[in-house]
Amino acid sequence: MENKKTLNRRTFFKISGAAGGGMVLGFSWLAQGCKQPEEIAKVLEMPSEWYDINAYLKIGDNGVVTIFSQNPEIGQNVKTSMPMIVAEELDIDWENVIVEQAGLNTDKFPRQVAGGSQSIRQGWKALRDAGATARQMLINAAAQQWEVDPSKLTVSKGIIQGPNGQELGYGEVASMAATMEVPTDVPHKKITDFNIIGSDKKNVDLQNIVTGKPLFGIDTKREGMQYASVLRPPAFGQKLVSFDDAEARKVSGVNDVIKFGNKIAVLADATWPAMKAKKLINAEWAVDSTLESTADHDKQLIAKLNTDNTEPFRNDGDVDKAFSEADEIISRVYESPFLPHNCMEPMNFFADVREDKVEMHGPIQTPAWSRSRASKIIDRKEEDIDVTMSRMGGGFGRRLYGDFSDEAAEISSIAKKPIQLIFTREDDMTAGTYRQAIKYKIEASLKDNKITGYKLSEAAINSNMYGLIPNFFPAGAIPNLRISGNKQKSNITTGAWRAPYTNFLAFAEQSFFDEVAEKLGKDEVDLRMELLEIAKPIAESDEKIEYSPARMQGCIKLAAEKAKWGKQAQGTYQGISAYYSHNTHVVEIANVVMEDGQAVVKKVTCAVDCGIVINPDAATNMVTGGIIDGIGHAMYGDLTFDNGVPSAANFDEYRLIRNTEIPEIDVHFVPSTKDPTGLGEPTLPPAGGAIANAIYKATGTRMYKQPFVKEMNVIG
Amino acid sequence: MAQYTLDVNGKSQTVNVDSDTPLLWVLRDSLNLVGTKFGCGIAQCGACTVHIDGIAMRSCSIPVSKVNGPVTTIEGLSENGTHPVQKAWKQHDVPQCGYCQAGQMMTAAAFLKENKNPSEKEICSAMNGNICRCGTYPRINKAVKTASKL
Ligand code: FES
Ligand code: FES
Repeated sequence: MENKKTLNRRTFFKISGAAGGGMVLGFSWLAQGCKQPEEIAKVLEMPSEWYDINAYLKIGDNGVVTIFSQNPEIGQNVKTSMPMIVAEELDIDWENVIVEQAGLNTDKFPRQVAGGSQSIRQGWKALRDAGATARQMLINAAAQQWEVDPSKLTVSKGIIQGPNGQELGYGEVASMAATMEVPTDVPHKKITDFNIIGSDKKNVDLQNIVTGKPLFGIDTKREGMQYASVLRPPAFGQKLVSFDDAEARKVSGVNDVIKFGNKIAVLADATWPAMKAKKLINAEWAVDSTLESTADHDKQLIAKLNTDNTEPFRNDGDVDKAFSEADEIISRVYESPFLPHNCMEPMNFFADVREDKVEMHGPIQTPAWSRSRASKIIDRKEEDIDVTMSRMGGGFGRRLYGDFSDEAAEISSIAKKPIQLIFTREDDMTAGTYRQAIKYKIEASLKDNKITGYKLSEAAINSNMYGLIPNFFPAGAIPNLRISGNKQKSNITTGAWRAPYTNFLAFAEQSFFDEVAEKLGKDEVDLRMELLEIAKPIAESDEKIEYSPARMQGCIKLAAEKAKWGKQAQGTYQGISAYYSHNTHVVEIANVVMEDGQAVVKKVTCAVDCGIVINPDAATNMVTGGIIDGIGHAMYGDLTFDNGVPSAANFDEYRLIRNTEIPEIDVHFVPSTKDPTGLGEPTLPPAGGAIANAIYKATGTRMYKQPFVKEMNVIG
Repeated sequence: MAQYTLDVNGKSQTVNVDSDTPLLWVLRDSLNLVGTKFGCGIAQCGACTVHIDGIAMRSCSIPVSKVNGPVTTIEGLSENGTHPVQKAWKQHDVPQCGYCQAGQMMTAAAFLKENKNPSEKEICSAMNGNICRCGTYPRINKAVKTASKL
């Protein structure tokens, strides 16, 4: 499978470097194509020669196409859906496609990040260009061969047809196409001509997943590799004073114990001795800064909620006037705990720091950041560091932070050996980069049966909502509006967690609007539709406003119709939540019934507007998962701190939603020809509000704090 | 360290490890069978599920010295993914990240040997010990149902 070096061709998308479209994982089982036959009888025949057409694809002399998936795969299915976009524009048979994960190559690829649900949205144009341009090069090559004008040729599924009925397969012209000028401004296909986009394509790794092939970072093996298990301070705010590793070193299979910073790494021939020996290290820790507790955070955050000393993030009209003239004011406080990410695959990373080169491989959402930090930590040039990404057993934001890739690089550099760092679940849960504890105070002024003013104040550990969020709903829907926030510094590491901020804010806001509807004596759907109607003209003139009131109305209509809103039999209670985040509009309606005096969530109906749906069946899977994850964390997710120590370290102490606790989920997409947006995050935020609002109708109890399970006896 | 001879996926395998080494790490590190996953190490998540004598067991919590029966891992469930559970998993395109799925399938395969025509409720209960952070439970349940008919 040699990459044929191509000459005389201009760089593509400012691509530097010549051969190869990315890192080739030499695994033979990749050669199954995208077909997922019941029995793997038909294996694609591999070409004898590959021709690089551009950074995204190469074509074999037999017409087989390899598409490189440049973004990290965390379960959001971009390894399938992004290549589908390329294949669509290239106009080939999906069954002749092999997908390979590209390694980090910032010269070739624009954005190798899994984050913010942006892979599809931000990749859309470049992926279409890649496919369309390649198609045109193949056409141009055939035209040259037949000595006809390229405009006279047509293409279908990898076969080029000439004006006199001649035919050439892509494989037959690939070598010539690879040397052609790269055309510019090649038109994209008409949306109505799509046949891959919008059809159900199975996960390209499906066969490998169901047969247990080594796909994940934790499965990495290399010659001479040592397994590293790291002892870190048991509490945030502690530092290492001294340690005794005599017992640890006695464990058979242990080869070394290394101190680095405030941590100690045990290196062993296998995982178990490394993990076992780590527990035998006798370390002494001392207080370095403050040992923080949740009880203190609660007091600090409540105080912050009530201080209005920061510049508002958004300030419309005259909020103070609206509140002073109000007939009635509603004021509510919503509170959330910390949350660990709990990817099913614990953090891990491989590093081999050698004289000649540095190799790093593993599950990382931000490979470029890992490389640049490693370069500083081990004092090596970035060009010397190769980073490749494995499939990831979940990301959820945790793998945006490469503390583990930093550790791996540092340990390998000290040990001068290839090492695979592995977190235990306890390491993973207690050395987290948590969703921070946040509190919201939301207030509305009501006058003449209308909402005249809205104030939202955020008090959060370490950081406040990012700049786009204040311009989400209800911005534009209420004339006098102020969104502000304060933060409380903490030594507990916090960061993005699936749908940062909105994962809790949506619950607070959408629960609050239910109370407003009740006060105004309005149906919850009607109130939202009316507010969105008010926001429509404002959203047109105010460029900052992030959501589309019309698209949200479309989602509400679809969800209400599918969920038979207001038409349920007695004993079924419905709650609605409408939330825009990560460029996608989502509405969820929960059905709750009472069983033996307990509220049980029976069903969630969901309507999503994410523009064009690339891979509908996979999109449904993602949407469903987001809702379940949202319900699970609203219901059970809970992490507190006592003197810097997290309250849970493993799944015996931390509850994730389980199979018997899920409701039926019914997913609908708003038909659309708009550019696609992402789905990894946006269906999580509305879930908490939808079930809380339905629980209220069923029980008369409002939820103000997560997890709900602490507030009352509810069952998923 | 001591020698242990295990029957894994129909092959006799001898390993040299400490007696307290969990079967999980023997499979993954000594025998290179990395399809069986590590999730918690304390029998809570099901990611490490294998069959011992046909019964679904948590390999993270069974020391190698206590393994007394033939072991089947995801790699040994079938040649090339043709076990009914694997076929059904493919038909429903169950995985998201995929990490929990080997454990899910091993639990399902053992369960379906005992219960050939399970109800929806029985399926959920049987699968309740396997966590999926991605929330693929609805598809898991559909796939188990489908597999029961294959
Ligand atoms: S790893 Fe064995 S049950 Fe979680
Ligand atoms: S598919 Fe990701 S944990 Fe189950």
